Amino acid sequence: MKTSGSPGRWLIILPPLLFLLLFFLIPFAFAFKISFAESAARVPPFTDVVTWTPDHHLRLAATLANYRYLLTDEVYGVAYLFSLRTAFFSTLICLVLGYPMAYAIARAPRATQSVLLLVIMLPFWTSFLLRVYALEGIIRDNGLLNTVLLHLGLIEQPLRIMRTNLAVYLGIIYSYLPFMVLPLFATLEKLDATLLEAAADLGSTPWRAFLDITLPLSMPGVIAGSMLVFIPAVGEFVIPSLLGGPNNLMIGRVLWDEFFGNHDWPVAAAVAIAFLLLLVGPIAIYQYYSVRQLEA
Amino acid sequence: MERRGSPFLFSVLCFGIAILYIPILVLIGYSFNASPLVNVWGGFSTAWYGQLWHNRQLLEAALLSLEVAVSASTGAVLLGTLAAVALVRFAKFPGRLLLTGMVNAPLVMPEIITGITQLLLFVSMLQLISWPHRGFTTIVISHVTFCTAYVTITVQARLASADRSLEEAAMDLGAGPARAFLEITLPIIAPAIVSSWLLCFTLSLDDLVISSFVSGPGASTLPMVIYSKVKLGVSPDINALASLIVCGVGVIILTAGWLMRRAERRRTLEMQLAEQ
Repeated sequence: MKTSGSPGRWLIILPPLLFLLLFFLIPFAFAFKISFAESAARVPPFTDVVTWTPDHHLRLAATLANYRYLLTDEVYGVAYLFSLRTAFFSTLICLVLGYPMAYAIARAPRATQSVLLLVIMLPFWTSFLLRVYALEGIIRDNGLLNTVLLHLGLIEQPLRIMRTNLAVYLGIIYSYLPFMVLPLFATLEKLDATLLEAAADLGSTPWRAFLDITLPLSMPGVIAGSMLVFIPAVGEFVIPSLLGGPNNLMIGRVLWDEFFGNHDWPVAAAVAIAFLLLLVGPIAIYQYYSVRQLEA
Repeated sequence: MERRGSPFLFSVLCFGIAILYIPILVLIGYSFNASPLVNVWGGFSTAWYGQLWHNRQLLEAALLSLEVAVSASTGAVLLGTLAAVALVRFAKFPGRLLLTGMVNAPLVMPEIITGITQLLLFVSMLQLISWPHRGFTTIVISHVTFCTAYVTITVQARLASADRSLEEAAMDLGAGPARAFLEITLPIIAPAIVSSWLLCFTLSLDDLVISSFVSGPGASTLPMVIYSKVKLGVSPDINALASLIVCGVGVIILTAGWLMRRAERRRTLEMQLAEQ
């Protein structure tokens, strides 16, 4: 395949490029436009921002009211901060739990390694929605966890976990753990064991060697895994909706209610755009590290 | 790294795997409970599975979801493979950075944002060019968009590690670039294509948030129906349905993985024999 100058290569490049441009990138432009519209009782339920007047002039009817509303109604600010906090601590726990798991897999013999990877991957392939639902069977008041703890006599009263923030944390950790383990494994597997041997020969304790060598070298995996958990977790809807209490206002849930409950599309568009602006930083970091890892 | 793992690492690994699997196993256990009450064991029964066959709403939703999943994963595999070839084989072209970004971003973009922006695109398009009407078409387009990313990442990794000298040898022997690619490289990346098709299939079958936004009246996918039932509380027939889906997907994935490993082994063996 000639790699330069051949016009035939555009037959390969253009279909995915145009498709993603039209259906992934351009939608953001439309959402941006509609975030300046007003809610209206018609189909679709918002006013036109840009119109052609009969005498062929372009008329712009944009309002900043939706953004002003986001700033004044404190539900949105609280929901953003709450989502960031929930996602941050869930990511941290996933990291603390996932790192030793990935490390154990990376150290296992080759044959065991592929079996273990499959075991970690399999839940990722099966339904996300159904796994969140399955978790309810464990943590509800008369679920497995409470039944076992009551039988063992460790608790007198069933623990109230369902419909609390703790349930949301458990849901995120349970659902996103494989996303943390897999990128961590990818970097830990490539780690040169001779470096650790050299450190041991030079008198370094295993813990010291881990802090000085393993941890810094696995940073790309730590960052990629953390972003793969953190970013979707901030916008999570299914988990807070099914497991969280009525007061658990994560931004995904607020957005959903704004859209399906209040039918206010322009405000929903403004929430989405503001949300996206907050995520640009983390997404850029993720892109940078994942591209570097692919090219390494 | 072939050093003996420490007991600490091993126990964390077991703990993590237990967390991943126990809820699913418990769910499957509940699905055979004769009692409709979740906290009472009323004996072993397969009655809930039988009831599924008489639930028209569920059957129609399942059919729609399967149609969407097959169309979306096929479309995504075509586009994603082209994108992977473009990114691996063409070092420089205008729009390369843009394509890289658009391939990686959907992997982390919260579904709720993708869903809302795509819906706004579809309603604006409908106003401008009277297409597409919300329903099957818009769900498939949305699923292709996020699935393409997974295909590109998987195929890209495989393609980057593929040996190009074979393809070059074929071209030296007079094959055109397209033929050399189709006959030499395509079989090499085929396992990645097959596994990404399966991954797209399961992701599409599972999607709730994006489908809820872009679908129209009368087009409810299986996750949409399941979500609205689950929202009302635990229901025993959903336990049965969930067990069926989880086990079905699990068996398909394991079989596919086993078949691909076998094909891979045979291939390496043939290569080794050919080199001798």
